[in-house]
Amino acid sequence: MAEFIHDHIQPYFNYWVYVIIMMIGLWALIAKNNLIKKLIGLSIFQTAIILFYVSMGVKDGATIPILGHHGSSPPASEHRLFEDLDEEEPKKAHGKPVDHHAADDEHGEDHTHGHAGHHKTNPDLIANPLPHVLMLTAIVVGVATLGVALAISQMIFKEFGSLEEDEILEEIKASASDG
Amino acid sequence: MLSKVFATIAVAITGSILLYGVSDFPAFGDPHSPANAGVPGSESVSLYFIEESYKDTKVPNIVTSVLADYRGYDTMFETVVIFAAGMAIFAILRVVGNKEETAAKAAEEDSFTNGDHNRIIVGTTVRIVVPVIQLFALYVVAHGHHSPGGGFQGGVILGASFIIIALAENLNAALRRLSELNYVRLAAIGIFIYAAFGIMAQVLGSNFLDYGALQPIFMTDGPEMARSHSMLGVEIGVAFTVTAIMFAIYANLASRGQLVKGL
Repeated sequence: MAEFIHDHIQPYFNYWVYVIIMMIGLWALIAKNNLIKKLIGLSIFQTAIILFYVSMGVKDGATIPILGHHGSSPPASEHRLFEDLDEEEPKKAHGKPVDHHAADDEHGEDHTHGHAGHHKTNPDLIANPLPHVLMLTAIVVGVATLGVALAISQMIFKEFGSLEEDEILEEIKASASDG
Repeated sequence: MLSKVFATIAVAITGSILLYGVSDFPAFGDPHSPANAGVPGSESVSLYFIEESYKDTKVPNIVTSVLADYRGYDTMFETVVIFAAGMAIFAILRVVGNKEETAAKAAEEDSFTNGDHNRIIVGTTVRIVVPVIQLFALYVVAHGHHSPGGGFQGGVILGASFIIIALAENLNAALRRLSELNYVRLAAIGIFIYAAFGIMAQVLGSNFLDYGALQPIFMTDGPEMARSHSMLGVEIGVAFTVTAIMFAIYANLASRGQLVKGL
C-alpha cells in the first residue's frame, strides 16, 4: 500500500485530487434531487477542471509567467518539489537562467529601440502560460453561466413553487394529464 | 434512492477509468511534458509565447499578452459570452412596469433615508472601504500587463464593489451609483471598445485585431508598443463589460428581476 501511494499517488497527487473533486461534482449532478444542489455539483466539477488545467502547466522550480521589467527571466528558484522524481531524468541542464542581463544599463536602449533580440528566456523556469489564460476566461464565463442557471432556477421556482426535481416532474405530469 | 445507486456506480466507473489514465500522465511539474514543451517535431506553442512574446509586444505578463493579443479573437467572444449571459438573465428575470413594485420601491427608499439602525456599522465600514476596493480594481486593470491582473480580474473586483454596497445598504443604494440603464450601456460599450480596436486595425489595412497596425494612431516607435497600448485598451473594454454584468447578475438575482429591495 505504501509502495502504491509512493509510486502512483504521490507523483500525481494533483491529478488524483482533480479526479476525486470531479467525481464529487458528477455525483451531485446525477444523484441530487434539488436543482440548486445540482448547480453546486456543476461548480465543483468546473473547479476540478480548472485544477487539472493549472496542474498541467506546472513546472518544477518555475515561477509565474510574468517576466522581469525589461523582459528578463526571473531568478531561478532553489526550491524544487519532488526532488526524487528529477533524478530519473537526465535533463537537469536548467540550473539558472541564461545570464542575459549582465547590466541594467541597457534598459534605456531597450525602450527607445523597441526590439530586444538579445533577450533569452529559459522556458523551463517559467510556468506554462497557456493553461492560465484558458482558465482565466473559463472562471469568469463560469460565473456568468452560473448566473444564468440561477436565473432559470428562480423562474422554475416561481412557476412550480419548488426546486425539487421529482416534485417538478409530478407537477408537469399532472398538468399534462389535465390538458 | 435508485438515482443515488446509479450515480455511485456511474461515478465509480468513470472515476476509476480516469484514475487509471492518470498513471500514464507525465510527471507532475515536468517541464518537458507534452503540454509544456510539445512532442518531438512539434514544439508547444507555449514555448513561443515564453520566448518571443516580450519581443513581439513589450508586455512582461505573458498571460496578458496571450489573452489579449495572440488569442484576442477568443477573448473577444468570451466577453460576448459574458454579455450574452447578462442579457439572458435580463430576459429571463426582469420584470418591468409593475406599479405595485414602483410603490414598494418608493417605500423602500423611505426606509433607507429614515435610517436602518442595524446597518449603521456595516454601512459606514462599507462606505469607507468601497473607494479603496474600486481604486484597487482600477490598478488591477491598468497594471494588468506588468503584474497579475487584467480586465477580467479588475472587472470582477469593480463589480464586487457595487455588490458590497447593495449588500451593506440595499439594492437601491447601489443602483443609485450604477443604474440599470448605465450598466447595460457599460456592458455594451465594453464590447464596442474591444471590437473597435479590431476594426481600427482593419481600417488601417491589416487583419482584425492585429494591433501592430495601430502604430500610427498611438504614434509609437514600433508595432510592439502599439500592441502593448492596444492590449490595455482592450482590457479596459473587458473590464467594463465584466463589471456591468457581474453587478447585473447580482441585482437581478437578488431582487427576482424587480430591482427593488434586494436581499
